[in-house]
Amino acid sequence: MTETRSVIVEREMPHPPEKLWRALTQPHLIAEWLMKNDFVPSVGHRFNLRGDWGGVLDCEVLTVEPNRSLSYSWDFAHDDPAYALKSVVTFTLTPSPKGTHLRMEQVGFRPEQKQAFGGAKAGWQQFFVKLEEVAGRAD
Amino acid sequence: MADRHDLLFKTLADPTRRGIFEHLCSQGEQTVVALTAQAGVSQPAVSKHLALLKQAGLVRDRHQGRQTHYSAQLAALAPLADWTNRMVGYWESRFDDLEDLLKRMDQ
Repeated sequence: MTETRSVIVEREMPHPPEKLWRALTQPHLIAEWLMKNDFVPSVGHRFNLRGDWGGVLDCEVLTVEPNRSLSYSWDFAHDDPAYALKSVVTFTLTPSPKGTHLRMEQVGFRPEQKQAFGGAKAGWQQFFVKLEEVAGRAD
Repeated sequence: MADRHDLLFKTLADPTRRGIFEHLCSQGEQTVVALTAQAGVSQPAVSKHLALLKQAGLVRDRHQGRQTHYSAQLAALAPLADWTNRMVGYWESRFDDLEDLLKRMDQ
């Protein structure tokens, strides 16, 4: 059983991309808005995000394009599949007249069916996009 | 809740079944015959898919004469939105803290 969902949160930040990049990539700054961590902005680097709630996320840096894009895996191991999660978080920074447009997309998977990672990903995303269109028209 | 999720995802994981459900979402109420015409599989196969969709609460059937009409139940998808809603709320509050941090940071 695989659950695939995508979450997108976007916000206009009145600060230059370079400054946002520091907040997204310097461990002591990440700790101030996200979680305690041992992050290094280097592809392949494995790190943990440690929540105040005691949970530990297993992460790996996937892409680093300074001041533009950052992505890392965001996995949570749990014996109960209802809580376990495999996901990828991608931050995209785009310069805007007022500063920076920050976009966060998290694509999540339940871990039981790893083979579904590739194929199902596109299918599910298309499905939900279509469904949202349909649901929008239905209102 | 986890079981309910599993059933929904399991039901919609099949591309043919998902196609049938999408078709009902976009075209409204349909008979098995009409659904078979576009599904690309046999009528018994479509009926089997419809039975599973019904079991998951994703479609409703209505009998009229010898025909059975099927319609999509969009409300059944609500549990799927829960994870998304929770994560959106989480990231919105993280972005609030990020904004506060940016105000405190040197240029």
